[in-house]
Amino acid sequence: MTNLNGRFGIHGGQYIPETLMNAVNELERAYNFYKDDENFKSELNYLLNEYAGRPSRLYYAEKMSRDLGGAKIYLKREDLNHTGAHKINNVLGQALLAKKMGKTRLIAETGAGQHGVATATAAALMNMECVIFMGEEDIFRQKLNVYRMKLLGAEVKSVKTGTGTLKDAVSEAMREWSARFDDTHYCLGSVMGPHPFPVIVRDFQSVISREIKEQILKLENKLPDVIIACVGGGSNAIGSFYNFINDPEVKLIGCEAAGRGVETFETAATISTGKLGIFHGMKSYFCQNEFGQIAPVYSISAGLDYPGIGPEHAYLHDIKRAEYVAITDEEAVKAFEYLSRTEGIIPAIESAHAVAHAIKIAGENKNKNKIIVITISGRGDKDCASVARYRGENINDD
Amino acid sequence: MTIDETFSGANKIFIPFITCGYPDIDTTINNVIECVKNGAEIIELGIPFSDPVAEGPVIQNASVKALKNGTTTNKIFEMVKILRGKYKIEIPLIFMTYANVIFSYGTEKFMYECNKIGIDGIILPDVPFEERGEFLPACKKYNIKLISMIAPSSDNRIIKIAREAEGFIYLVSSLGVTGVRNKINTDLGKIIKIIRENTNIPCAVGFGISTAEQAQNISKIADGVIIGSAIIKIIEQHGKNSPEYVGEYVHEIKNAITQK
Repeated sequence: MTNLNGRFGIHGGQYIPETLMNAVNELERAYNFYKDDENFKSELNYLLNEYAGRPSRLYYAEKMSRDLGGAKIYLKREDLNHTGAHKINNVLGQALLAKKMGKTRLIAETGAGQHGVATATAAALMNMECVIFMGEEDIFRQKLNVYRMKLLGAEVKSVKTGTGTLKDAVSEAMREWSARFDDTHYCLGSVMGPHPFPVIVRDFQSVISREIKEQILKLENKLPDVIIACVGGGSNAIGSFYNFINDPEVKLIGCEAAGRGVETFETAATISTGKLGIFHGMKSYFCQNEFGQIAPVYSISAGLDYPGIGPEHAYLHDIKRAEYVAITDEEAVKAFEYLSRTEGIIPAIESAHAVAHAIKIAGENKNKNKIIVITISGRGDKDCASVARYRGENINDD
Repeated sequence: MTIDETFSGANKIFIPFITCGYPDIDTTINNVIECVKNGAEIIELGIPFSDPVAEGPVIQNASVKALKNGTTTNKIFEMVKILRGKYKIEIPLIFMTYANVIFSYGTEKFMYECNKIGIDGIILPDVPFEERGEFLPACKKYNIKLISMIAPSSDNRIIKIAREAEGFIYLVSSLGVTGVRNKINTDLGKIIKIIRENTNIPCAVGFGISTAEQAQNISKIADGVIIGSAIIKIIEQHGKNSPEYVGEYVHEIKNAITQK
């Protein structure tokens, strides 16, 4: 799937300031060397297994399957990873790579705070300095994660520009990186940005689909029929899809955040409402106005609140290998509550978008006895306050 | 006057940058007129972008405000027509904007318009050497120079960029984003030497320059000086009344870089 110069079909590329070109070139060279290096691979495996708790479980959601009355539903439990989300898979890989490159400082953007927490965690573990850029609006929505990052020794920089959300945090991290890359690695959290990031992050996240494949073959002796994951930039989704891309019988579905609805302006559903553009280092689909100004997007989920989508997803959409659907706040909140009550698993509000789509299709006749895997990309503790607020309840002290 | 003709004499060239539509289009027109009156030889007109990753806080803020005021690509095209027509501005005018502004407009259509209204060149800070192919064919077709940037971190990339450059080379003085800096630490002389060994295209330095003294020092080694944030700060301070102050500033800088 990786083409020349980091292109996925027409998507991808390296649309960044000249100042950063040698930084990404250095990163690409280092990654190409270490990804096949036995020592690197075994060090990373050790961290993933012993520190992050991999492999994550593929859990048969029996009650949910029975309740929905159709498909057999499995949950890929990335929420059980150390730090509570899939983000740690990528971060351990990148932090180890940065360390090998002689970097002593990690910077990162974060939306919901899960990638920030994961980066702060890896920095603490590997003795690195850490600065996290987070939108002002997200700092308000995700107080718990802000506290966790600080507790882990990271500095959290509030980004007040633009909409004060994930896209602004990415821009600010890029600006910081362009001023300082001698000792600093930009630990990008999703399958986006300039090449080689979409490839690096996808490779580190592809452990999810590698495990799903092994686990489902053992449990069911066949491949799943459908894999569903939520998509912001798209890292847990590409991780869940990657090892099934060449298995055409496996249907891949990405769930975007529709916010208050794709017909409203308060949405973050890029594939449904965006158009082709160039932003944050890549050509892909973006929510934008007629003059190419990036649109302020909205979702209840801080982690999906991004106006673009990773270039490989844009490509999978173009060639119709994956399908992308839009899930509203209301549907996601209902799914958040549903999974909590039905299986005793509180999913991240991001992952709840994937659960919501499974709820929609599991009972369909064509899915009778089919196997659906939903990636639960993270745990939902961080979202309790905002879901409560959505339901008209204030559980914060202030 | 073309870019090539502008650089053909012994004079050091001053290139001010102005964010279009900040605080409004009329003020931008007056600022351009004042710049020309006071000795600016090329003007860089910024088409504001919502998320300008190469800009520091001053130009970011100006871009956001300009967009909020309803500035659009079409209105800027209209403004350039007025500058070229009614106000008889004849010096080279170049656009500074981001890839998506042009791409979303339709690259071909954008360059066609530029040619029609008399734009001489384009600077795209998020389009490095490797991605020039996205815009270069349309630029060539409509005779718009696609200005190349070289940074302090370009190292092994300087030669290939210089050899493909056209119009002038925009040499970035420092790492990081645009904005006023007290001190510039890059060994610009060394980079300019490599550039001169590989091309006859002139070289202008930008990013971080604000004082007459800095401008004078740069003009001793480069062919031109580019100043943005320091001018936008003046506009930020004086708003609609800024043209008078921008004119004064341009005069001071031009004076400093003119060899006596």
